[in-house]
Amino acid sequence: MPTRNRKLEASAWEILEHIPDPEIPVLSIVDLGIVRSVEIDGPKVIVGVAPTYSGCPATEVIEDSVIKSLQSGGISDVSIHRVLSPPWTSDWISDRGREKLRKYGIAPPKKGVAHGRLLGDAMPAERIACPRCGTENTKKVSEFGSTACKASYKCIECLEPFEYFKCI
Amino acid sequence: MNKEKALIAYVTRMGDNAIIMAQRLSEWVGHGPELEEEMAMGNFALDYVGQARMFFSYAGELEGKGRSEDDICFLRDGWDYGNVLLVERPNGDFGETIARLVLFETFYSLQLEALASSPAKKLAEIAARAIKESAYHLRHASHWLLRLGDGTEESHRRVQGAIDNLWTYTGELFATDEVDELMQAEWEAPDLTVLHEQWHRQIEQLLAKATLQKPDDGWMDSGGKQGHHSEHLGYILVEMQSLQRTYPGANW
Repeated sequence: MPTRNRKLEASAWEILEHIPDPEIPVLSIVDLGIVRSVEIDGPKVIVGVAPTYSGCPATEVIEDSVIKSLQSGGISDVSIHRVLSPPWTSDWISDRGREKLRKYGIAPPKKGVAHGRLLGDAMPAERIACPRCGTENTKKVSEFGSTACKASYKCIECLEPFEYFKCI
Repeated sequence: MNKEKALIAYVTRMGDNAIIMAQRLSEWVGHGPELEEEMAMGNFALDYVGQARMFFSYAGELEGKGRSEDDICFLRDGWDYGNVLLVERPNGDFGETIARLVLFETFYSLQLEALASSPAKKLAEIAARAIKESAYHLRHASHWLLRLGDGTEESHRRVQGAIDNLWTYTGELFATDEVDELMQAEWEAPDLTVLHEQWHRQIEQLLAKATLQKPDDGWMDSGGKQGHHSEHLGYILVEMQSLQRTYPGANW
């Protein structure tokens, strides 16, 4: 790959790393693991984006902000390629992203659980650590939360309610 | 019919099942028995909308006539919809909605699992994406079925009634027509007879655990896949398509 292309690719990634997820702005879309690829085709930059949930209403907002951010960063010829395979799971969230989530007050998803089957009793009751005090003495309040990707929990020790980024 | 046409019909039917399930589940928003279930139904409906969009866009691409996901969703009437009758049944009470979710999702997750290895690459990708959501819906609905079936006398009576009511509509899930046959032969879609056995086993186990009786397989209603619907679909479409019916081509 010619140097010019490599530079273009690097600056595209640099810009993408600063685009916040619209629903969890503490995470960038790169931390969240939904930017799959940046390809350079002549002057054109093609960004591969994987949606989290099929019906995630943020998908279009994210694609729009990718185009706008790259354009205001001087990359005018941008297109989006929606990637379905392999599907996004919470395991795509980077370690840095997990740490950011925890600091923000959202318990990060457990790693590897997403590969197991979600059905029936096969899944053990998850022990979720409180993002504030760290205890695992917590209680699930609701499997559903403010967005499709989060569940609602409560810490028994420090009594704070918190959200848990679900494994899927 | 050739294999390409069968694929378009099959993918459209899957989109139809998903969009009608989405409409039905979203009717619970504002009426849920408790906040958690209200969010659950809304969340599930959203997943189905997302899946329907992927199926419809793919069907439009395959067809190659420039129809968008919106065109396919909003500019067809009942006879063009190929969803199964089960998904257009009215919600009934919360137990009946849960019972329908269990009966349909058990079928749907088996179907998606099989399709994830179809040589129709895009269909396989959509299936692999959707299976995760489907498994999650099924887990939630199954837990509710256990609680309602093995709950109070009243909850047991109601959810048993729901299963009995809906049973007539489960046969259609496995009724094979030309589209299914071609899909099976050409695109490695699941054999519906095999799927029926798997479905039966899973449902039987779950019902037994929930202390519910499995109804006998009697006469089964069908026709939805071929566009012969109950009166209920018309009402769903009129509401869902009201904007396009009033202002054709409206766009924002």
